[in-house]
Amino acid sequence: MSPDLDVVTEAPTSRLGRLGAWFRRGALQTTLIIVALFWMIPGIGLLVTSFRPLENVAGSGWWTTVSSPGELTIQNYSNLIGDESLIDAVFNTFLIAVPSTVIPILLAAAAGYALAWIDFKGRDVVFLLVIAMLMVPLQMALIPAFRMFRSMGLGGLPSVWLFHTAFGLPFAIFLMRNYYAGLPASLMEAARIDGANEWKIFVRIVLPLGFPAIASLAIFQFTWTWNDLLVALIFSGDRAPLMVWISQRLGQFGSGIDIIAAGVFISALVPLGIFFAFQKYFEAGLLGGSVK
Amino acid sequence: MGKRRWLVAIPFLAPALFVLGALVVYPAFDTIRLSFYDRLGQEFVGFENYQDMFRLPRMRTAIRNSFIWVAVFPFFVTTVGLVLAVLSEKVKWRSAFRLILFLPAAIAVLSSGIIWRFVYDASPDTGLINGFLNIPAAIFSPEGEYPGAAASYDGLTQAEPGEAISQTVEVGSSGGVALLGLLRLTEADLPASSIEAVQPTPEGPGALTGVVWRDTAPGDNIKGVVDPTERGIPDIIIDIIDPEGTTVEKVSSGVDGTFEVTGLDPGVYTVQIPSSTLREPWQGITWLGKDLITIAAIIAGIWIWGGFALLVIASGLASLPRDVLEAARVDGASEYQVFRRVTVPLLKPVLTVVFVALTINALKMFDLIIGIAPGSVQADANVIALEMWRSAFTGGGNRGLGAAIAVFLLLLILPVLLFNIRRFRLEQS
Repeated sequence: MSPDLDVVTEAPTSRLGRLGAWFRRGALQTTLIIVALFWMIPGIGLLVTSFRPLENVAGSGWWTTVSSPGELTIQNYSNLIGDESLIDAVFNTFLIAVPSTVIPILLAAAAGYALAWIDFKGRDVVFLLVIAMLMVPLQMALIPAFRMFRSMGLGGLPSVWLFHTAFGLPFAIFLMRNYYAGLPASLMEAARIDGANEWKIFVRIVLPLGFPAIASLAIFQFTWTWNDLLVALIFSGDRAPLMVWISQRLGQFGSGIDIIAAGVFISALVPLGIFFAFQKYFEAGLLGGSVK
Repeated sequence: MGKRRWLVAIPFLAPALFVLGALVVYPAFDTIRLSFYDRLGQEFVGFENYQDMFRLPRMRTAIRNSFIWVAVFPFFVTTVGLVLAVLSEKVKWRSAFRLILFLPAAIAVLSSGIIWRFVYDASPDTGLINGFLNIPAAIFSPEGEYPGAAASYDGLTQAEPGEAISQTVEVGSSGGVALLGLLRLTEADLPASSIEAVQPTPEGPGALTGVVWRDTAPGDNIKGVVDPTERGIPDIIIDIIDPEGTTVEKVSSGVDGTFEVTGLDPGVYTVQIPSSTLREPWQGITWLGKDLITIAAIIAGIWIWGGFALLVIASGLASLPRDVLEAARVDGASEYQVFRRVTVPLLKPVLTVVFVALTINALKMFDLIIGIAPGSVQADANVIALEMWRSAFTGGGNRGLGAAIAVFLLLLILPVLLFNIRRFRLEQS
């Protein structure tokens, strides 16, 4: 792709043609600016709302802040930071998201290697099954898993970890296997000739080389589990993460708009931070995840 | 050889396959089994849950809404992504543009739903969209001086609150009298200048006299009669309309609410307070009411997933063979023709991937509905995945029905699943 596509539009010969092209480009820029604004304004609205006192939120739109910027306050946030239930929720979200990211990636890195480089019988069938599982809606497992965890006396965090692991695995295996399959075969062959066993090849060669895929996957899975509501609602029990915390306050909407707005932004800080810090990996993970 | 390789592969595969078997495969089959059992999963009930599923009103709403989602959402999001990918490719700030559109994909869907709940707020004072729509409304049909005032007795006609109030009056040899009593006003609504209203008397041939007053009925007061202490409403414009429908005169009421017109031909006249005086401010559209909630949620959905579609399609666009597009342009094809005849057909595989992903997404919609729909309209915004959770895990918790809904969801996704597997096998071979 040429970096400067404005050149693509052939310079029209007539003066009228040039004028037309100039207008077209202006119209294009304007359209895209309007679209970008459409995408930004809803978020800005909630951000501004989260800094306004409740009594003003109920009576006037956030945009009136332009004429009275003095009303802005961090009161909503300082209220929340003193709220123990929110601190717990932030803590629980980390406790849920970190293991729910690490465990499936470890399992998938190993399984992906076997599916990419160990030539066993039925390998294609196993991989095809994994792909099929990729699209099984997690609703298909909620009820039996819930019953199973309860009968085993497994509640709260471990049940969330296990469920996220199970439904994160198909995509994780898919991504790791495809990434590993792209590594040059000569690497493995050379190592095998040198007498290295599969475990050594995996740990010493494949795992380090697979870092970009693992990074994408980690970011994808972490964001996914951080933002998850459904699994947490059912399994987290008294370890409610941020999304459950927010959804519970939605029940009393109207009384706590200020708190909800601020809570939404507190919960978005981590995913947004990851997004800006690891944009490339983030996009790669999400593009790969388009099958999920 | 094959067997030995299995032994090598097992340690790598076993942990993952064990988890998948125990928490995906086994539960999926168990869900199918449970869908034929009662709410506690104890008694076999045959197809009862499936019958309930199509009979229960809330499930019917869910199915209808999910079909609307599937019919509308993937198409619009893919189209938005495609158009914006092609358009943004031509500007230098495309990376920034795509970054902005992709941001909603980073935050929780629940949060996005809440963000849009604010955007859709019904009040024009606080809701962004209604506030915006209120600008033309305030210019073209501004709020009247006495919004919401209503006719006080049966002798007056008013189609609806906020509409004009009129009375037909015969102007005969002794003149005519109009009594325009208004309700739904408080003392505070009246200007300080207003004084006690005076019951007008007929003033002879060609004269029409009348009064506009705040007509109350506490104690001995009677509606339609000017009682003592009731105050007139000054400075109200009154239209006098002749039998042909032409406005022959406009008069303004005095401090005691009275007005007078003289020199009229005998006949039946309509005396009217125009709607511009009585019009109520625009109330805003209830986007999050039961009629519009699904459409409103789908628009929010376009905002959430549009950036994702844009990004996937843009990456497909970047890998298109440049020379083919150039050749078409050199051959004199317009930009639109290039787009329609060359770009779109070449992008078809990518567009299919995006469309399929969004279709599955539409069927599994859950957090967005919880975030955007106020509790009172959640039932009207219901979708299949939400109803599955509501049935199985809220209230009494009907596991059998929940399982049946999950199986139904799987059946809807199954064609997509098979399609994807076939596509994958074609890619492999």
